[in-house]
Amino acid sequence: MGILEVKGVGKRFGGLQALGDVNLSVNERSVHAIIGPNGAGKSTLLNCLVGKLIPDTGSVMFDGQSVLGRKPHEINQMGISRVFQTPEIFGDLSVQENVMIPCFAKRDGAFELNAFSPALGQKDILAQAEEILEDVNMADKRHMHAASLSRGDKRRLEMAMCLVQQPKLLLLDEPTAGMARADTNNTIDLLKEIHEKRDITMAIIEHDMHVVFSLAQRITVLAQGTPLVEDTPENIKGHPKVREAYLGEAH
Amino acid sequence: MLGLNSKDFRLFLVVIGLTLFAPVLLNPFPTESGLAQFNAGYPDLMQRFVIFGIFAIGFNILFGLTGYLSFGHAAFLGVGSYAAVWMFKLLSYNVLPAIALSVIVAAIFSLAIGFVSLRRSGIYFSILTLAFAQMSFALAYSVLSNPKFNLTNGETGLQVYNDDPQIFHSDRLPDLPHLFGLSMRASTDIALGPWTFTLNAGYYLSAVFMVAAFYIAIRLFRSPFGMMLRAIKTNQTRLNYTGLNSRPYTLAAFVISGAYAGLAGGLLAAMDPLAGAERMQWTASGEVVLMTILGGAGTLIGPILGSGLIKYFENIFSKINDDVLHSWFAFMPDGLEDAMVFIVHPFVGKGWHLTLGIVFMLVVIFLPGGLVEGGQRLWRWITGANRKKSDDQDTKHAPHAAE
Repeated sequence: MGILEVKGVGKRFGGLQALGDVNLSVNERSVHAIIGPNGAGKSTLLNCLVGKLIPDTGSVMFDGQSVLGRKPHEINQMGISRVFQTPEIFGDLSVQENVMIPCFAKRDGAFELNAFSPALGQKDILAQAEEILEDVNMADKRHMHAASLSRGDKRRLEMAMCLVQQPKLLLLDEPTAGMARADTNNTIDLLKEIHEKRDITMAIIEHDMHVVFSLAQRITVLAQGTPLVEDTPENIKGHPKVREAYLGEAH
Repeated sequence: MLGLNSKDFRLFLVVIGLTLFAPVLLNPFPTESGLAQFNAGYPDLMQRFVIFGIFAIGFNILFGLTGYLSFGHAAFLGVGSYAAVWMFKLLSYNVLPAIALSVIVAAIFSLAIGFVSLRRSGIYFSILTLAFAQMSFALAYSVLSNPKFNLTNGETGLQVYNDDPQIFHSDRLPDLPHLFGLSMRASTDIALGPWTFTLNAGYYLSAVFMVAAFYIAIRLFRSPFGMMLRAIKTNQTRLNYTGLNSRPYTLAAFVISGAYAGLAGGLLAAMDPLAGAERMQWTASGEVVLMTILGGAGTLIGPILGSGLIKYFENIFSKINDDVLHSWFAFMPDGLEDAMVFIVHPFVGKGWHLTLGIVFMLVVIFLPGGLVEGGQRLWRWITGANRKKSDDQDTKHAPHAAE
C-alpha cells in the first residue's frame, strides 16, 4: 500500500479524454517519476492530485484519506506540497518572508487572524526560516527581493518553501523545464540531497530523460491518458512500448 | 516602542506631530496677507484632511496591501454617516455612540458585500463592488425614503429634527454634536503677531481617531496577517498551495477597510450632523482610489498625504476666481495681464479638477510610488546618497516594506 493511491482516475475535457483509466501507486520514501510525451495527460493527472481539477471517475487516496473535492490549501495541509513548472514564489516579498509564510501555515493552519503582533517578533518562525535558508544555501540572500533572484535561485527558494512544511509527499512539475544543462544538474543534485537527507516521498513529472533516470526509483509511462507501463528505470530504458510511444508508431 | 520598530515609531511620531500642530503648520501665511487664501488651517478643512485620511488608510489596507481594487468604498462611508445621524436622532448628540455604531454597521455591511464580491478578483471584483455601491446609492437616494419607511430621507439628506426622540438629550447640552458637553464646533483662536491659529475640538477628536487608526494600520502592516495580505497581492496561487486559505484573509481585510470607512463616515456626521446619499456615489469611491494612488499605494503614510493633497485642491484651488487672478497678474501690462488670466483661468476655480488631473498624470507616470516615492527621492537627493546606494535599495527591499 503506497502513500499515494490513484485508482481508475479519468478526466474528460469536452470531447477530449485527457485521462483514461489511471492507476498509480507511489511508495513511501521513494522517488516516482511520471513521464510521457506531450499531451499524455501528465499535468492533468498532477492537477487532479492537488485539487485544482476534480476527476470524473476514480479515486485518489493520500495517506489513507481521499483528496477528491478538497481545496488546494486543504490538500497542502494534509501533507502534499507542490513545485510548479515555473517557480511560483512571492515576488514582492523578501526571501526571508517567502519562507516565513509556509512556517506560519504549518504552525497556525489555513487561517489565523494574527493582526497585531509583529511578524518579525516570532522567534520560532524566524529560527525555522533561517534553518531552511542555511540548508539551501540562501541565507546570505535573505533580505533580497524574491523577484530579483536568478531562475535557479527562485527554484531553490520554492523548494525551501515546500520543504519547511515537512511534507509527506512532494510533487514536482517539470522542475528543470527551460533550464540550461548546468542548472538542470544543480537541480538534480539538490533533489537527490533532499531525498537522502529528509526521506521525503517525491513524485516527479518530467520530460527530460536525463533527470528521470538520475533520480527515479520507479517510473510510470503515460501515453494518451493511460499508463503504458510501470517499472524500474533499467527496465523502462529498453522497453519496446515506451520507445513506440515516444518515437511514433512507424518505428 | 509600542510594539513598533524604531523606523515605524519615528514615522508614527511624525504623524502625531503633524496632526497636533496642523492648525499652525497649515496656516503659514499671516491672516491679512494676500496669500492667506492658501492657508488650509481652518477647522472645516482640517477635519476633512484627517477624516479622509482615515478613509484612505483603510482603503489602502485593501487596495495597497491586498491588491483588491474596490470601486465601492464610499458606500461604507455613507452607511457610517447614516448610522451616526440615526444615533443623533434616537439617543442624543453625543458623538461616541454614533461613531461606535457607524463602525459596527459599516463592518457588518462590508462583511455582506465582501462575502459576495470576493468570489471574484481583478476587474470583476472592482465591478461587483461598484455595482453594490451604486445599488446602495439608489437605495439611499430613493428606495429607502418613502413616507411609510423613511430611513435615509432621500434627496434632502438625513438630519436631526426637533420632534426626534433624542431620549438622552437635555437642555444643558449643546444642540450640536458634542463629546459629553464639549461641542464639536468649539474653537479657540490664538493670535500670534499677524497670524491667527484656530484650535477646534472637532478637529482634535478626529485627529485622535486618525492617529489611532494609523497606529493600528502600522501594527497590521507588520503583523503575520499583513504579510499574508501582501502575499495574496503578489501570488495568490502560491499562497493556496502553501496551505493557506486566501478567502478569510481577503474578507478580513475587506471588513477592516470597510470599518475604517465607516469610522470616517461617522466622524463626518459628527462634524456636521447631516448624511446625504451623494456621499455614496461612485465619484466619491473614485476619489479615495485617487487619494491612495496619489500618495503611494501600499505605503503607510501615502494615503494620508494623498487625501490631504486632494482635499486641499478641492477646497483651496476651487476658490481662486478671476478677481484673484487679476490681482496676481496686476503688475503686468493690461493686455498681457488679460492673456495670463485667460491661460490660467481653466486650471483654477471650477477647473480645479483639471489641475488635479495633470498632477495625477505626472505622479502616475513619473512617480509610480506616489508622493512617498517622490519624498524618498528628494530625501536621497538632499542627503546626497549616491546612485549606487539607491540602486541597492531598489533590489534589496520590497517597496512597501520601505515606508
